[in-house]
Amino acid sequence: MATTATLPQINKPLAQELNPSLVEGNLSYHEVTEQVCEIVEGAVHRNWYIGFAISFSIFLMMVGMLGYQLFTGVGVWGNNAPVAWAWDITNFVFWIGIGHAGTLISAVLFLFRQKWRTSINRAAEAMTLFAVACAAIYPVMHTGRPWRTYWLFPVPNLDLNMWQNFRSPLMWDVFAISTYGSVSAVFWYMGLIPDLATLRDRAAVAGKHTRAMILGVFSLGWRFSARHWTNYEKMYLLLAAISTPLVLSVHSIVSFDFATSVIPGWHTTIFPPYFVAGAVFSGFAMVQTLLLVTRWALGLENLITSKHLDNMNKIILATGMIVGYAYATEFFIAWYSANQYERFVFFNRAFGPYWWAYALMVSCNVLSPQIFWVKSLRTNVIVTFIMSIFVNIGMWFERFVIIASSLHRDFMPSSWGYFQPSYVDICTFIGTFGFFMTLFLLFLRFIPCIALSEVKGAMAAQAHLPGHEPVKGTTPVHAGGHH
Amino acid sequence: MPQIFPKKLDFFTRFSGAVLIMAALSGVGLAYYVMSPEVLETGYTPAQPVPYSHKLHAGNLGMDCYYCHTTVDKAAHAAIPPAETCMNCHSKVKEKSALLAPIRESYETGKAVPWVNVHVMPDYVYFNHQSHVTVGVSCVSCHGRVDQMVEVKQVQPLNMAWCLDCHRNPAPNLRPVQYVTKLDWKPEGDPAEYGRQVIAAKGINPPQNCSGCHR
Repeated sequence: MATTATLPQINKPLAQELNPSLVEGNLSYHEVTEQVCEIVEGAVHRNWYIGFAISFSIFLMMVGMLGYQLFTGVGVWGNNAPVAWAWDITNFVFWIGIGHAGTLISAVLFLFRQKWRTSINRAAEAMTLFAVACAAIYPVMHTGRPWRTYWLFPVPNLDLNMWQNFRSPLMWDVFAISTYGSVSAVFWYMGLIPDLATLRDRAAVAGKHTRAMILGVFSLGWRFSARHWTNYEKMYLLLAAISTPLVLSVHSIVSFDFATSVIPGWHTTIFPPYFVAGAVFSGFAMVQTLLLVTRWALGLENLITSKHLDNMNKIILATGMIVGYAYATEFFIAWYSANQYERFVFFNRAFGPYWWAYALMVSCNVLSPQIFWVKSLRTNVIVTFIMSIFVNIGMWFERFVIIASSLHRDFMPSSWGYFQPSYVDICTFIGTFGFFMTLFLLFLRFIPCIALSEVKGAMAAQAHLPGHEPVKGTTPVHAGGHH
Repeated sequence: MPQIFPKKLDFFTRFSGAVLIMAALSGVGLAYYVMSPEVLETGYTPAQPVPYSHKLHAGNLGMDCYYCHTTVDKAAHAAIPPAETCMNCHSKVKEKSALLAPIRESYETGKAVPWVNVHVMPDYVYFNHQSHVTVGVSCVSCHGRVDQMVEVKQVQPLNMAWCLDCHRNPAPNLRPVQYVTKLDWKPEGDPAEYGRQVIAAKGINPPQNCSGCHR
């Protein structure tokens, strides 16, 4: 087997260029543990309280809006014929889409042995769960009777005396989203167990008995034995395999909500791949937004490096191009179909009353990511942050454009309309960000936001690459031998 | 590493786990029972502004339902009679009764008597009395033995499952149209067999799709 000893000697800067660091600062394993656990165990920073107070207030506004809607009726939203689906489903698809980056990072990149996923997968998976929670608010509240939500599930129902319509994509949505939410939660929690056990042992050694008991319950008796690790690795691989198809299936099924209808602008076969690419695109943008702030606030620059930004921006560039290609295909097919309704919808989408939303969508999603062809811009923190916000905005508008611009011109001109959101629509949507950030801040405070055991695995692998030193505090046992 | 959990915790964990599971299951069961329409809806007997007795009028005196509820075979809505209908008799009978004061007042002023609606359907349900009464569904199927009620009370849950039961199997609830208001009518022989003959003769096919009742 080829080793560093037998390879032709290349100079160190070039070797480092070819094998960029995923963990910087020449830390020992213990120092990484200390750095990450300090965030959870140390004193709460003042800025965390400020952030939490703001997020929680916005969350309370959402609770107020939902309560008002519950007691008044769904009519407090701006939805009305012909735009009977509006911000509710726009926001639902927006949040569900964001979750996809978490699943892609945790499952697909794991199967492809991408070591760079290790520093970001914990936070990205948490983001997935919180995004699904935000998304779930909309269908549940749109029913008008959230206490009847169990009617969505095929359980024996003495109130209705009938089954759900299994031919409806909305029913498939229930299965897709609930599978997605539960598999993601199990996957996330599985990966968390060794780190919770680390926290438990640290608390026990420090004599914090109550804390050790609580963490002991959640770490499910993990003892770091070799047998535990073997089972853990098998289970992790299985869950990654189960999650991988979900990256494709969930947003495909969400797109069926539209594609199986007969509305021009919705009734297109390109929707499933187009939606999946858009979901990964928006998800990575949200990961960038969150992690750039997190790594700055918590001083994690050595663990979430410019290599991570570079890789994620490449995915943003690739998926952005797929999305742009899909936009172009839609227009081509609308022309090529020679169907006057299809042609009208797409002409109207770009030049009709919602032209501004369409222009915003194209400039944010297709034009702006093109700057990521330049490597120095891909690794630039400020540029990446601004771009991630652009993509978030663009992808929200994509869903809005698809939904509102397809519906607002009905088949009969007498039914034409223009959707205006009510203040309840706007405040509820802003409120979901408060909900999301509240959950994310709680996550940062109570759970190690970097997967410790996995990062250490990446450090061990990195140490063997040309241009890298052995991990500090370890002795290179395999100097030149078989690994 | 010191032990975190004392040994005696084993029993406590198992015991409290079992209690939690049982509490959750019985909580769901209780909520299901308490929230069921049979509990929430049936037996609803609101106080009325005039203690009008259906038992006296429809039962003892044998007045026909149609005498007051004139629209049931002509319209979706079953009309509540105006004070004029009451005054047909009560201008001569018990014309001084204090209990009838709201009727006389309504008769003079033209303002409706504030009767309280007993059988309330949600706004999104479009129940049509005419289409049921004219094919031979009796009043008694939904309203019970009103001719034996001093105060009208809801006896059926009136939820969708209950509607669907009959829409799927209407035979037991069908009778000759002339007997729909004869609440104690019983067919000779098997009511279901009689109902099947009516279904065949009239081609009755109750809708089971959403838009049958929701528009």
